[in-house]
Amino acid sequence: MLGFDILFPSLLNGLTTGAVYALIALGLTLIYGVLHIINFAHGAALMVALYAVYLLKTHWGIDPYLALPLVVPGMFVLGYALQRGVINRASHGKDENILLVTLGLSIVLENLALIVFKSDTRTIETAYTLATVQIGPAFIAVPKLVAFGGALVSAALLMAIVSRTDLGRAIRAVAKEKQGARLMGIDVEHVYAMSFGIGLACLGAAACFLLPAYYVNPQVGGGFVLVAFTIVVLGGMGSFAGALLGGLLIGVVESIGGLMLGESLGQIGIFGLFILVLLFRPQGLFGARA
Amino acid sequence: MKDMIRIVLFAVVVLLATAWLESGVWLTFIMMTLYATLLAQAWNMLGGFGGQFSFGHALFFGTGAYVQAIAQLQGGFNPWLALCAAVLVSAGVGAAVGALTFRYGLKGSYFALVTLAFAEVFRIVAVSVGFTGGGVGLMLPLSESAANMQFASRKGYITLVLGFVLAALAVTAWLRRSRFGAQLQAVRDNEDAARALGVDPWRTKLGAITLSGAFMGAAGAFYLQVFQYIDPAIAFGPQVSVEALVGAIVGGMGTLWGPVLGALVLHLLAELTRNLFGALPGINLVIYGAVLVLIVMFLPRGMAGLLDRWKRS
Repeated sequence: MLGFDILFPSLLNGLTTGAVYALIALGLTLIYGVLHIINFAHGAALMVALYAVYLLKTHWGIDPYLALPLVVPGMFVLGYALQRGVINRASHGKDENILLVTLGLSIVLENLALIVFKSDTRTIETAYTLATVQIGPAFIAVPKLVAFGGALVSAALLMAIVSRTDLGRAIRAVAKEKQGARLMGIDVEHVYAMSFGIGLACLGAAACFLLPAYYVNPQVGGGFVLVAFTIVVLGGMGSFAGALLGGLLIGVVESIGGLMLGESLGQIGIFGLFILVLLFRPQGLFGARA
Repeated sequence: MKDMIRIVLFAVVVLLATAWLESGVWLTFIMMTLYATLLAQAWNMLGGFGGQFSFGHALFFGTGAYVQAIAQLQGGFNPWLALCAAVLVSAGVGAAVGALTFRYGLKGSYFALVTLAFAEVFRIVAVSVGFTGGGVGLMLPLSESAANMQFASRKGYITLVLGFVLAALAVTAWLRRSRFGAQLQAVRDNEDAARALGVDPWRTKLGAITLSGAFMGAAGAFYLQVFQYIDPAIAFGPQVSVEALVGAIVGGMGTLWGPVLGALVLHLLAELTRNLFGALPGINLVIYGAVLVLIVMFLPRGMAGLLDRWKRS
């Protein structure tokens, strides 16, 4: 049997990864909640953000954490432009079209990255890459701890924006009742694009917290996107609290599952969970039936 | 009847071109375009006529390819017998996935996601277990003879894949005319209305995904016979799923000739870019993705829709 000394570090590890998963899933769930579309390009957008952080570090020596004020607005602008310029125009009022367009965007982005960066896996070196702190019997890498805190703060910030600001009120209004919101004078197209932008900005933050302890390659998004979909489905589409809890839960399941079953079978656990939840509880563990 | 005459004409044109051409480049082009047509037409049966968008059609392709390989390598089957097994098992996987997902009423984005997840699960299983050769994959020993479904010339393979494409076209023509096809299209257009008229949506969609799976399996078996090699990334990775879906959508979903047109246009584009940029890895998929976005933006009914508009004016 596995003792506490082995399980506890694994649990902590899972929670730190899970926090970043949660941040990625929050962006996805915001986009879903407002636009009622599944952003298939979410993983590819995360990959773009990771390469941005990587290039900022390797070309200009900008520390990943200091890159936050650059990457987050950058991803926001990218998201706003993509929604207004491409996705909205392609929808023709049909959800399937949006699904196809975001799929097309992800194919283009991932393969452009493959052409530009080759399929090499890249990492960055920072002064704190190998630093650890001791918590009880566990040693946790400092970047992971920062990622945990940063992801939680970003999540809190996102929720504050959605629940406290005028923009947040507009977002919630559009999510609930598009026509009504339009009649109240809300620019629905603008709110759509803002939501998409904020969703991608979450990825920018996630990328800054992720890269010091992780790596980037052109396919990196694919793994995250299915995990993020699992979290969003598990937490209930469009539910923020669900995404946050679901993210932490998946992180822990993956970490402890990997410990017991080995890395690749641990992944099957996630997909298996995903399929089961979709089949039996598509409204999610915390969501109400649509 | 008109459809059947056109299908025969299509076969004659392809066979004449194949007999006349000697250049290996062009024969390979015809072979790969027919293969892409098969993928697109298989996707079209479920996606175009049934309205169920699968993002993981490689699931059935990979199953077909692996059954074809394993039946020969471990079962000692003749490849023609293995082909029957590959088609049957892929159809079975289609039926199983369909039974599960449609039973629980998954559609739209959820269906797309769950097919993708199934393909991923199969990929990881193929990497992890022994009889698939793991991540290294399986290699078919070279032994050229028609009885062994390995041909010395591309012409043999073209005849083989043309046979599959003709069967797929005949089935699609049947979908357009038959009672089952009408029910399937009714379910696609309005499931509740179809049910009110006494159509069983579950059974109808199940039939479509089984047919679609069978043809994807044939494509997988064909791939293995041509390249004599399969690994988990080729079998269950996104490339095949994307190629099937983009071919059908670019050509025109729910039409008979759309997927043929889509596959042809995409392969012409791919050839063109290869000549312009050389063999960059991933450039084909960049083109496919961009074409997909542009088609959905400007020609949501695909090239076939464009032809229709042009014919009418």
